[in-house]
This record gives sequence, C-alpha cells and structure tokens, in this order.
Amino acid sequence: MSLWSRISNAVHGERLNREIDEELQSHMEEAIASGRDPKEAHRAFGSALRAGEASRDFRVAGWLESLIADLRFGWRQLGRNKVASAAAVLSLALGIGSCVAAFRLIDALLWRPLPISGSSRLYVLSRKLIGPEGRPIEDGYWATPDLNLMGDAVKDQADLIAISDADRTDIAWSTDDDMEKAHVAYVSGNMFPLFRLEPAVGRLLNPADDRGPGLNPYAVLSWDYWNYRFGRDPHVLGRSLHMGDQTLQIIGVGPRDFTGTEKGTVTDIFLPLSLNRLATQDGVDWHRTFLMLKPSVDPAIALEPLRQHLSAVSRAFELGCSTCLRGMTQTDIDRYLNKTLVFNPAGAGISELQRDYRRLFGVLSLLVALVLLIASVNVANMMTAQAAARAHEMALRISIGAGRRRLVQLILSQSALLALLASVVGAFFAAWSAPFVLSLVNPPDNPARLALPADWRVFLFGFGLIILVVLLLGLLPALRASAVRPVAALKGGEDPPSPRRLMRGAMALQVAFCFLVLFLSSLFLTSFQHLQNRPLGFSTDRLLLLETVAGKGQLPVVWNQTADALRAIPGVNSVAISGWPLLGRIQINSDISINNAPPSPTPAFFLIVSPDWLSTMKIPLVSGRDFRPEDTSPGAAIVNQTFVKTFFPGQDPIGRTFQRGVNQPLNKIVGITPDVSDHDLREPNRAVFYVPFNAIDKSVPGVVNFATFAIHTDAQNPLALANSLRQFIAQSHNGLRVSNVTTQLDLFRDQTIRERLLAMLAAFFAAVALFLAGIGLYAVFNYSVLQRRREIGIRMAIGSTRAGIVRIVTLDSFLLVAIGGCAGVALGFGAARYVESLFYQVKATDADMIALPTCAILLTALVATLPAVHRALRTDPTEILRAE
Amino acid sequence: MVAIASTSGDVLRAEEGSLYPALHRMEEAGWIRAEWIRKDSGRRARVYELTAAGKKQLGVEESRWQSVNLAINRVLREV
Repeated sequence: MSLWSRISNAVHGERLNREIDEELQSHMEEAIASGRDPKEAHRAFGSALRAGEASRDFRVAGWLESLIADLRFGWRQLGRNKVASAAAVLSLALGIGSCVAAFRLIDALLWRPLPISGSSRLYVLSRKLIGPEGRPIEDGYWATPDLNLMGDAVKDQADLIAISDADRTDIAWSTDDDMEKAHVAYVSGNMFPLFRLEPAVGRLLNPADDRGPGLNPYAVLSWDYWNYRFGRDPHVLGRSLHMGDQTLQIIGVGPRDFTGTEKGTVTDIFLPLSLNRLATQDGVDWHRTFLMLKPSVDPAIALEPLRQHLSAVSRAFELGCSTCLRGMTQTDIDRYLNKTLVFNPAGAGISELQRDYRRLFGVLSLLVALVLLIASVNVANMMTAQAAARAHEMALRISIGAGRRRLVQLILSQSALLALLASVVGAFFAAWSAPFVLSLVNPPDNPARLALPADWRVFLFGFGLIILVVLLLGLLPALRASAVRPVAALKGGEDPPSPRRLMRGAMALQVAFCFLVLFLSSLFLTSFQHLQNRPLGFSTDRLLLLETVAGKGQLPVVWNQTADALRAIPGVNSVAISGWPLLGRIQINSDISINNAPPSPTPAFFLIVSPDWLSTMKIPLVSGRDFRPEDTSPGAAIVNQTFVKTFFPGQDPIGRTFQRGVNQPLNKIVGITPDVSDHDLREPNRAVFYVPFNAIDKSVPGVVNFATFAIHTDAQNPLALANSLRQFIAQSHNGLRVSNVTTQLDLFRDQTIRERLLAMLAAFFAAVALFLAGIGLYAVFNYSVLQRRREIGIRMAIGSTRAGIVRIVTLDSFLLVAIGGCAGVALGFGAARYVESLFYQVKATDADMIALPTCAILLTALVATLPAVHRALRTDPTEILRAE
Repeated sequence: MVAIASTSGDVLRAEEGSLYPALHRMEEAGWIRAEWIRKDSGRRARVYELTAAGKKQLGVEESRWQSVNLAINRVLREV
C-alpha cells in the first residue's frame, strides 16, 4: 500500500507538489483567520519550503522519480533523431527476436523436460559398436525378449520401459473409410503408470494390457490427436480402429501435454508393445529402451553397476540368440558382440530429430548471437557518438552536483529504453519465426511438431538477453560519460580517451563477427549447392510415385494388371513398378556370394523393379538388356557399375551369376546400369542390384504386400493426376490401396531439407549481418571525418592532394577492417571445425570460401566509405579556418 | 502545536511547519488517514484521523516510551 502510493506519487509528481503546497497554505490562512499576527504565524511555521521537501521525500519513491525523469529524458533523446533510433530499434529487434526464436527451438527440442513425473531419473539405453562400414555407430534399438530379460534382472532398482518410434502408419476408423495416416507408437504397459500420467478420458494402458499378442487389442489416443481428429468427442471411447489386419478398441485419451517421448513427432496413438508381432522375435531390434531409476536409488552410486549388470545380461541374450547371428561371418559376429552399453539422460526425450538438428540449431544460435552482437555494436557506437556530443551536458551535470552513479543511470536508462522497445518488436518476430523455421524442418507431408510454449523459461531467457543488451549498449558509453572531467570538457578541449578509438575497436570486432557469419554462410550455401547439383543418374522430372499396399498381399500378376490399366489412362506416359522408390526411406541390403563362396564383407543393396522401370526412370543401360515380363526373381538380375567393380573386377559380368547368400538360388546378370543415387545424396554410390518384380518361391509365385507405381505423366505437375489415379486404384477392388502419394522430385528435395534450411537461414543472416556492418562502418567513417574536419581543412589549406586526403581518411579504417577480417578468419576456422559434419564436398580451407566473404566485406566497406570520403573532399578549408 | 506547547508548559516547542512532514510520514505508514474537506470559508483543508493500525502503533510507541522512561529514571536514581 505504502510502496504503491509512493510509486504512484512518483508518477504524478506535479499533483503531489500542488497538494502539499495547498495544505501548508491552508494552515497558514487558518492561523491568520483565527486572528494571529501574520508575521508571527510565518515565524512560528518555519520554512514552508523545507517542510514541503521533507514531506515529499516521505511520500515519493525517490529512485523511481529519478528513473522516470531519466526515461523521459532518454525518450526525448531518441526522439531527436527518429530515423537513427528506429533503425537501432529494428536492428536490435531482429537480433533479439532471432535469439529468442532460436532459444525456443533449441529449448523445446533439446532441453525442456518431458511433462512426466521423474524425468530426471529417466535414461535411455544404447550400444556403441563398430558398424558394418567400419565406422563407430550408436545403436539405440532393442529386441523385446532382450528387454524382458534385462528388466527382470534390475527390477529392484529400476524399471525398464520400451517405447517404439511413432511411425506414420495407415489406419482406418471404419472398414469402409479411406485410409489415413497416424503416428503410432508401441509402448510397454508400465509406461503410463511409471510416468504418473493421468487420462483425460477413459483409462490408460497398464501392465495387464501388455501380456501377449491379440489378448488386449486396446489403444490410447494422445490428447492432441483426440483434439484435432475428433474435436474432443468423449464418445470416441469404445470405437474401433483398423490397422492392417488388426482391429483395436479405444480405451482412453492421454493427458493434455504428453505427446510421447520422441521430440519433434507427436504420437497420435499408443498401443501395447505386445500387440506388435516383432515383440516375440529374438533377432529384431525395433524399440527404444528407457530406464527409470526408482526414486530411492542414488544415480551416482547405482548407475555404473546397473550398466554393467544390464550389459552382461544383454550379451548373454545375444550369445544365446539363435536367429541374431545367423549367416554372419566370424569377424562380423566378433564386431557385433563387441559393444558397450551406455546410458544417456532422456529427461528431455529422445529422437532422430534431436540428433540430426543439434548441430544445425547450434550453428543457428551462433549466427543469431553474432547478428545480435553486430546490431548491438552499431547501436553502442551510435550511443558513444551521442555521448561524446553530450560531453558538455555531462560536464555541466557534474558541475551542478549530479553523482557519477546518476549519470550512468541516465545513459543506461536510454539503452534500456532502446532494448525494451526492441524486445517488444522482437517478441513478435520470435512468435512468428520459431514456428516458421520449425515448419521447414521436415518434409511438408510429415512436418516436425514441437510444443513451443512461451512460458517462464522463454521469458527468463528474454529478460536475461535484454539485460545483456542494455549492458552491451550502455555500459561503455555510460562509464565514459561519467568519467568526464568537467573542467576540460567545459573549456572545450578534447576529452581523452577519444571516443573514436572505442568506436574503431568496436568496428574491428564487428568486421570479425560479420566475416564469421559470411564465412559460415558461404560454406553452407556451397554445401547445399553441391548437394543440389549432384548428378543423380536418373530423372526426377514428371514422376508421380504411388506407394501402394495390399493388406493381405496380392500376386504380381494383379499388380501388373493394375499397371497396365494405369497405362491406359489419358495423361499417363509410362508406368513401372518398383518395390520402393529411390531416395525413399526403405533400403534393404543382401549378402552377395559368388560361386557359393562365403559372402563378401561389403553387402550390396537391391531393388525390385518391373520391366520398363529403368526407361521410366531414364536410367540407361551400359550393356546387356532390360528385364522382360518372363524374367523372375531369383533368376535374372541387373547390376550397377559399382557392383561390377566390387564383385567382378576386370571381368565382363553379363551372363555370370551370383547368390544372395551361401546355398541360395542363382541370379544371372542380364544387364549393367550406371550408378545412381539410390539412398542418400551425401553418401558415395554403392553396389546395387535390381531383381525382377515377379518373385517366385520354389517355383510358386509369391505375394507382394507393398510396391510403388512410378508414373511418368504428360503434365508438368505430376500431382495433378494423383487423386484420380488413387481413386482408380481403389475402385479396381483388387485389394490394392494407395497409402502415400509423392513425387520423385519431392523425395529428392526431402533429402536436402536440412541443408536447404541451413543455407536459407545462413543466407538471410549473412545479408542482415553485411547490411548492419555496412551501416556501422558508414557511421564510424562518417563520424571520424566529422571529427577531423579541422585537421582536413588545415591539410587542404597547406596543399595536401585529394589522394592524400582520401588516404588519411580511409587508411587506418581499412587497417581496422583488415585486422577484424583476420580475426574473423581465425574465428571461422575454429567454428568450421565444430560444424564440419554439416558440410558437403567443401572445406573451410578452400580458397574461394575465404575469398568470397573477404570480397563482400571489402566491397561493403568501400561503399560505406564513399559518403565519408565525399564529405572529406568537399571540405572547404576557408570555411573551416574562418570558423576557427 | 499550540496545544502541545501549552500542555507541556512551553517545554516542548517546535516549528509548526515540522508538523506536516511528521503527519505525512505517519500517513505513509498507514497510522493515520487523511481527507480533504471543504471549510465554510470555501477553502479546502486536510483533516487527519487515527486508523486502527495507528491506534495499535500508538499503544506500542507509548509502552516503548514508558519502558524507556522507566529505565532512564531507574538509571538516574541508581546514580
């Protein structure tokens, strides 16, 4: 109450003054009215002024009053140069907003704990081993029988929880319905109870629901899915959900903010682990394994023994697993068994997205921090120049008794005003840009989703950032201003240390930061360009891909008939079938054995294709022939050139045979194709063989469960035909359904999404950094010419040439640009080493990677100096000397 | 002021003006409440009134004064 009234009085200072005056006045008048002698009354009253001041001091929060006065003054200062202030606010807003947006993304993806109980006691188990390609890998997936053994072994100290990745799965809400996609995750029955999650509706899965396949076909929806798919309809309980050949019953909806443990993907449907057929298989690693320590267990003591115990149990399981090691050579078995089990804290969830984007977001935060620094340096320089111009005022203030502290407050409140204005604009920018960047992270048909709440964490970060910016902007000018020596300043002398020196130091720093941003950006842009321009070996033009499924499988002949029917549709140019698309998510390898010899250490990858698939994809044949309709698998094969180099070096492979493992049927090579990018643009091409779509198993045709129709369309946009073709297939009533529609071009683009995003952001921030640095350089050059007008005038008067003037104006500044640039190169090399994994076919030491940013900065510096040089050359010596 | 001076037999004298800072301070502390009233003469005047908190505080201050007073008297008597 009291503090509040003091604060309110500080704001309404004038009114308070009037009231106190009126009260004292009324006292006096009453005294006179009651017949006292006016002189005597005045004497008895004492000093009205002193009494008023004393009263004021009790009733006003003094610090606030001076702060308000300073803010008002600061506001007027900002208003004096509206353009400069607006530019300062906007550039700071961009910097602050970008930083907050980057923080929101990083925090949401990597740091924010899951909304569960005991997130600090949650770990995820993985194994470190040497991969088949000889590189160290970390394998985070486990087989369910292994999990069960491990869980039993440590059940006194911890609980193991199995959670599969939330895969995009075909589901239907009634048998007639069109299929739709949902993210389905299998979880062990103890997950919901251990995370202490409460249902929004119905009940959640519990251990009793997770006892065996088909026993408890129950499903739990996530709140998010319930909200957008069913509009929070409580009657969803008891509804049936069809998935493949399974029918599941909805028993409940999860809590509002729990979206699964996989950051970046929102799980739509939770199913019991045992419902998945893989759960009974010894040799299939398919889900993640989490470890939740019991609350009474001290992690510092218990973790290492637990790890060793689990490691021993898992190793024993793998040794005893008959299917795990089947067909492997002894070296592979040794390599496979020689692994280390590790615990990683998983309180913030675990996902591929975290792994893939950790570095990218690291780079992003570095870029935005640098842009903020560059903007801050600009504004600090502006304020230093203003403070220098106000040296007289400061000296005067000190002379009439202002404390140094008060002067620091005066300048800091001006920079706080700037930072606050900027943070308001920046908050809007952050609110828009964080979801925008997130929307670019994944392919558009499967976007990354993260909760991006603007809560106390974001607020705290923003607040800290503002404090930092205020100090960056104001501290140096403030200290400088408060160190002013009134006598020297009022006499009109130059006040050491010169603000020019400070501004130039800041300028060199700015050039260094700007160089770093440009350097990294050009590396990322070049990487993206290289990746984008990498020859694929096939055409992505006008290729529609219909990923199609057949619930219980369908004979190849039915698939071929469907392809024939599709060919007859107007607008369709050619149709071919492959098992899965190139550059898609599926890739399957196979052992290669020549003449029944043991398989080679490097496996080859294969793809099932129909005749004409090669011509539809515009993949030429180097020699041999394409498949014919009568070719079967096993039987015929087409191989790529790397396959030839690997398995038939220096021979003509046409007509030769290979097997997919020892004692397997023979495949005869009928054709050779060039290498194509089949899986990952970043990786070198590898050995690939193609087998015919007509698969036979011991002379009986096998059924095909899924395949992809590759359709070359006449129209430029292949998606224009997608809906009609999809309906056409559904109406054929032969059990085939289109599960996913895409184009080959989109699959290609999806491969470069991370690089594209990084290149786009880097280019944006490079442009901003260069622009800001340009403004900064211009300001410093200009200020320096203004400061040296007298000197320039005198030099001109005594006969200095124009070239000489240009030299003295620009030389030392360009020297500073050079120093800043060198510092930037050093910083750049350091930073580049950290982000090397994001580069593609480009090195930090490439000459043009250094030349490009250098040229950009030199050009900017040149443009920025022109007005200043012009001003210097126009200096009229007579005018200057007359003014003296 | 006149009342204080006359009650204390002119021992306690203070400038009348010093009354107001004291009043304002007590008002800020919430011990007294102030209100503007309009006098017959048409001039506004501020009147003060003891609040509940003020009465309590008065009791506290009084007993504190008493105990200090007592203590000083005792010390004086001892010496």
